[in-house]
Amino acid sequence: MATNALSISESQRPSPIKGFIRWETALFLLLVGTIVFGTIASPNFLTTTDMFFIGLNIGEIAIMALPLTLIVITGEIDLSVASMMGLSSTLLGYLTQQGWNIWPAMLAALVVGALGGALNGVLITRLGLPSIAVTIGTLTLFRGIAEIILRADSVSEFPTYLTKIGIAPIPHTQIAYSVGIFLVLAIIYAVVLHATSVGRSIFAIGLQQEAAFFSGIRVKRIKFLLFVLSGVVSAFAGILLTFRLSSARFDNGTGLELNAVAIVLLGGISIFGGRGSILGVVLAAAVIACFLTALTLIHVSAQVQNIVTGALLLLSVVVPGAGDTARRLRAWLARRRAASAAAATIQTAAVEASNVDVLAGARVRDDVSPTQTDHAEPTAGGLPVEGGGIADRGD
Amino acid sequence: MTTTAVTTAPPEDRSRRLLERVSRARELGIVAAILIVFAVTTVKNHAFANGASIQQLLAGASLIALLGAGETMVIVTRNVDLSVGSVLGLSAYVTGDLFVHHPHAPIYLAYALGIGVGALIGAINGAITTLLHVPSLVVTLAALYIIRGIDAVYANGKQIDPTSIPASFQKIGSADFHNIPYLAVLVFVIIAIVAYAMRSFRSSRDLYAIGSSPEAAALAGIPAGKRVFTAFLISGALAGLGGVLFIAEFATVASTGGAGYELQVVAAVVVGGVAIFGGSGTVVGAALGALLLNTINQALVAAKVSAFWNQAIAGALLLAAIAFDRYVALRVARALRTGGGAQDGD
Repeated sequence: MATNALSISESQRPSPIKGFIRWETALFLLLVGTIVFGTIASPNFLTTTDMFFIGLNIGEIAIMALPLTLIVITGEIDLSVASMMGLSSTLLGYLTQQGWNIWPAMLAALVVGALGGALNGVLITRLGLPSIAVTIGTLTLFRGIAEIILRADSVSEFPTYLTKIGIAPIPHTQIAYSVGIFLVLAIIYAVVLHATSVGRSIFAIGLQQEAAFFSGIRVKRIKFLLFVLSGVVSAFAGILLTFRLSSARFDNGTGLELNAVAIVLLGGISIFGGRGSILGVVLAAAVIACFLTALTLIHVSAQVQNIVTGALLLLSVVVPGAGDTARRLRAWLARRRAASAAAATIQTAAVEASNVDVLAGARVRDDVSPTQTDHAEPTAGGLPVEGGGIADRGD
Repeated sequence: MTTTAVTTAPPEDRSRRLLERVSRARELGIVAAILIVFAVTTVKNHAFANGASIQQLLAGASLIALLGAGETMVIVTRNVDLSVGSVLGLSAYVTGDLFVHHPHAPIYLAYALGIGVGALIGAINGAITTLLHVPSLVVTLAALYIIRGIDAVYANGKQIDPTSIPASFQKIGSADFHNIPYLAVLVFVIIAIVAYAMRSFRSSRDLYAIGSSPEAAALAGIPAGKRVFTAFLISGALAGLGGVLFIAEFATVASTGGAGYELQVVAAVVVGGVAIFGGSGTVVGAALGALLLNTINQALVAAKVSAFWNQAIAGALLLAAIAFDRYVALRVARALRTGGGAQDGD
């Protein structure tokens, strides 16, 4: 049975891989372009101190993007990551305020992260609920619990040897601590995803969940563990954020789920599942970090940066489908032409039986919007029937 | 699980009757929940049942219910529109700005402008989603941030001053008739119209068909692209109208107006029994969901539970609602299977 699964994923692989190399090459070129743009925009770009600040602003988000990558590859989504960040930050602050030592407090935050992730996982895998609805719910729930715990307070008494990660790089380098941790984690994730059977199972689930199940992959267990992992890692990112800002507030990290999702999708991970690589995600994180820093250097406000992040997110799903869209457009134009030609024939010539047939045929096809007639995969306005995390695929 | 074992002719209307009963029970359940919350809170705090408090209940739920009507149309097709909060904010600011620059602008122009802004954004969302075959979750998530950013650039740190909003325009948002806010009446009328359309028009029934089974809808010749586009267009237009009513109600707005509304709207819609994976749910249910969430929020205030609990309770309720729906759906599926005399699919 197991060989069966491999052959299925193997047979589907060649085309994604080919597309992928191109996607990552494109990302690399985009990164080079961004760096050139930044260097022209400001002489300070790429100076050693700026390297530190570039990383500082993206480190925690990039860390959260790693488990999210695996979740998206299985065809699910986790929108609760930033709220878990806030909950963990709040808990850390609250426990410190209650006189806990910082290390047990950190451990407690991680445990809560695991529990929150397990809640997502149980609801999604055991009850078979759609991950988008569940994680929008826990997005609100986790942030709400954080608000109950710390209310409008903020806690800022943390040991300086920990809060220094916000102002100092790793000794003898210009790399921020969070970036260092991200790079180490990225290597581990890359090995697990691309070189182990677990990684292959994750791809297999995303490509064909049922085939994966029937070939003996424990679909539900793997998904459950991925959500737990996402919870723990998001809580960890929350701890890093708290130390970097030297402040614990319930609204820490609000809205960062957009950035995490943007990194994952820009990294070439298909929202329909089954495709993607960690290298793409690392490159995407670098592109976004450099781009936003360059914009800050030329005094573009944070709100405009949101426009840019949103546009990148949009591009990263529009561009990969551009070939398909062009093909559909050509087919549609051809049909239009055929239809109008048929209509013209009708107008000028006597009504022949064959022409009537052509016209009728053209009309029928024209009525059915071109978006369905020649598209192989069944979609409803872009949402996949069997992927994207919104469809119910729990059983 | 999803074997097509049901096909051995379970009487068509029998299954429909069962489904109808379930969905009606769902709406009655929400009404019952609203009444229970209301009664319990009134026992604890008698002021909860007075006119001003009821007025607050209705006014507070109105905008969410209005946006929920558009959101329902979108979610029924197995899509989602997360941009409604940002659209409302931008529309509110643009409308307010109209009065700042032209204090004597006719009121209908304000409505046209706000609704136009919303419809334009809805059309863009719909076009990208349907023409480019991109998941609406990503499109509207991107739109959420892009539109909020445009709003911030446009507002440039300023906010609309209440003194620049004409009193005649504010009337719809703040005045009331025997404690029933005009705002709630207007929203009620709109929801009644949308509810009628969703029940009776063929094109709206298509939305349900698309959400239930995209392949079957395509085979039946339903122009899914057109219909989904229209759903997004209407959702955008209603969010635009929501923006106009927002500025009429509060008379002031900054570039952050309406932030986070999308979550409240999705929560209200889902609590109201609209299945997030499409194909079922009603506009009335969504409106009742909005009313229930707002009643709970106000009840917490009246019961002197801190307002810090609001968000957590909304989240928990959302999760409970989808879990409950799943449970009911499984029960219905089982009832249909045994009722139709077909073999068990598992």
